[in-house]
Amino acid sequence: MKVLVPVKRVIDYNVKVRVKTDGSGVDLTNVKMSMNPFDEIAVEEAIRLKEGGTASEVIVASIGVQQCQETIRTALAMGADRGIHVKSDEELQPLAVAKMLQAIVAQEGPSLVLLGKQAIDDDANQTGQMLAALLGWPQATFASKLAPADGALNVTREVDGGLQTVWVKLPAIVTVDLRLNEPRYASLPNIMKAKKKPIAASTPEDLGVSAAPRLKTLGVVEPPKRQGGVKVASVEELVDKLKNDARVI
Amino acid sequence: MSILVIAEHDNETLKPATLNAVGAAAQVGGDIHILVAGTGCKPAAEAAGQVAGVAKVLMADAPALDHQMAEVLAPLVVGLATGYSHVMAPATTNGKNLLPRVGALLDVQPISDISAVDSPDTFQRPIYAGNAIATVQSSDPIKVITVRATAFDAVEPTGSTAPIETVDAPEDPGLSRFVGQELSDSSRPELTSARVVVSGGRGMGSAEAFNILDGLADHLGAAIGASRAAVDAGYVPNDYQVGQTGKVVAPELYVAIGISGAIQHLAGMKDSKVIVAINKDEEAPIFQIADYGLVADLFKAVPELEAELKKAG
Repeated sequence: MKVLVPVKRVIDYNVKVRVKTDGSGVDLTNVKMSMNPFDEIAVEEAIRLKEGGTASEVIVASIGVQQCQETIRTALAMGADRGIHVKSDEELQPLAVAKMLQAIVAQEGPSLVLLGKQAIDDDANQTGQMLAALLGWPQATFASKLAPADGALNVTREVDGGLQTVWVKLPAIVTVDLRLNEPRYASLPNIMKAKKKPIAASTPEDLGVSAAPRLKTLGVVEPPKRQGGVKVASVEELVDKLKNDARVI
Repeated sequence: MSILVIAEHDNETLKPATLNAVGAAAQVGGDIHILVAGTGCKPAAEAAGQVAGVAKVLMADAPALDHQMAEVLAPLVVGLATGYSHVMAPATTNGKNLLPRVGALLDVQPISDISAVDSPDTFQRPIYAGNAIATVQSSDPIKVITVRATAFDAVEPTGSTAPIETVDAPEDPGLSRFVGQELSDSSRPELTSARVVVSGGRGMGSAEAFNILDGLADHLGAAIGASRAAVDAGYVPNDYQVGQTGKVVAPELYVAIGISGAIQHLAGMKDSKVIVAINKDEEAPIFQIADYGLVADLFKAVPELEAELKKAG
């Protein structure tokens, strides 16, 4: 079976984000960009499914600016087979992204789409569920374990109370959580090999999808800063402060 | 305007986050209806009818709604949604799983995890792990919204006597089914609604060492949480995780023990009223946001703290 893994280019998770002074958004100039960490876990899982004989081909898709091709190359260097880049310089929101992925699914016919559960920039946690809805496929979100089972998958999900296991019939959407796997580093020979792997180019127009945003961002501000407090010298002093100053015990 | 709130419940009782979602709905304004969908969920529907501010309960009770699988529940919500200006749910794992599916079926761009209501179409929400707050305005005819529970006061669980109306449950399309679950010990308060949270980090060193938090948590009536590092190290189960990708908490008192204070952890607890940090590394970033910091070996300080609290009564 073919596996499709959509990947997003985001500010690297180690970078401290800065809000622009005009309040229009977050400053992206000269900031290190990387693959969304959850998407890296999805790529790793797809490659493992291929290595385990369950998947026949791993296709990586990214939607956005020209430099998304670098993100696709990263996935190809990890072991994905080929890439699809949908070029757009517009602000893309999850509904539009899900519609474009729906069109890619129609072209490629994967049996499984693996996505990160959320992107660490907008923290929306929506795209996988929306793609599942548009395709009429089942969804297993927040996956921490995947077990193929005869035309279906048993997926263990991280839920509020603990762990839940669901059975989903293929074709299906799975969104991955942190503890599904530990993504590999690409080796130098594989990075070289990835340069020769094909990336097909497309646009939202080619896919017949309008990328027009539905949500208008009116402003972006820094959250109120929390003031650091005091250091206490002993446990006695701590209990005294909690009891008499903060009055929380 | 009228708002449909999707209840989070276990068929018997409502989960506390439902009351915060109703609180957010009350800020939007308009009639508030609440959907209780499940199997044998009449007790939860009766509880929902008492929630302050609720005008009507819609109850869908059917075997197909067992464990509220999104594949069954989403079409039900979509069928009801056209009568409402807003569909809201708490941003729990259930809410996050369900509402984007509802949004896509309605051709609506949902708004995740709102932290404030500016007007019926304009909301604030944290982005970049809470390092920025965006104000967004929706142009969609129905607003589909998940609510960050800690950002809104809970409404009173009683005060209304709203009628319960039964709605038909959809067919199960057979795409998915519940297989099983492993839920954590629930003898302690729920992490997201506890008044006090005691959390341990990588500094705990082992799963066994985590047990030293039990006595302290017992004494304070606290829930126990953990940093991602402690969960990844296997000291405690995943549902203990507080942070950007775990649970967001805002208790009266948060005690961070052996937690260095990575940005992604702070994203989950920095709205706590009072923060205490105990860490042997005086340079740990957690001290920059803690109201009271104690530089000490946690294995010495935690038993001492427990003893001192007992003495203080």
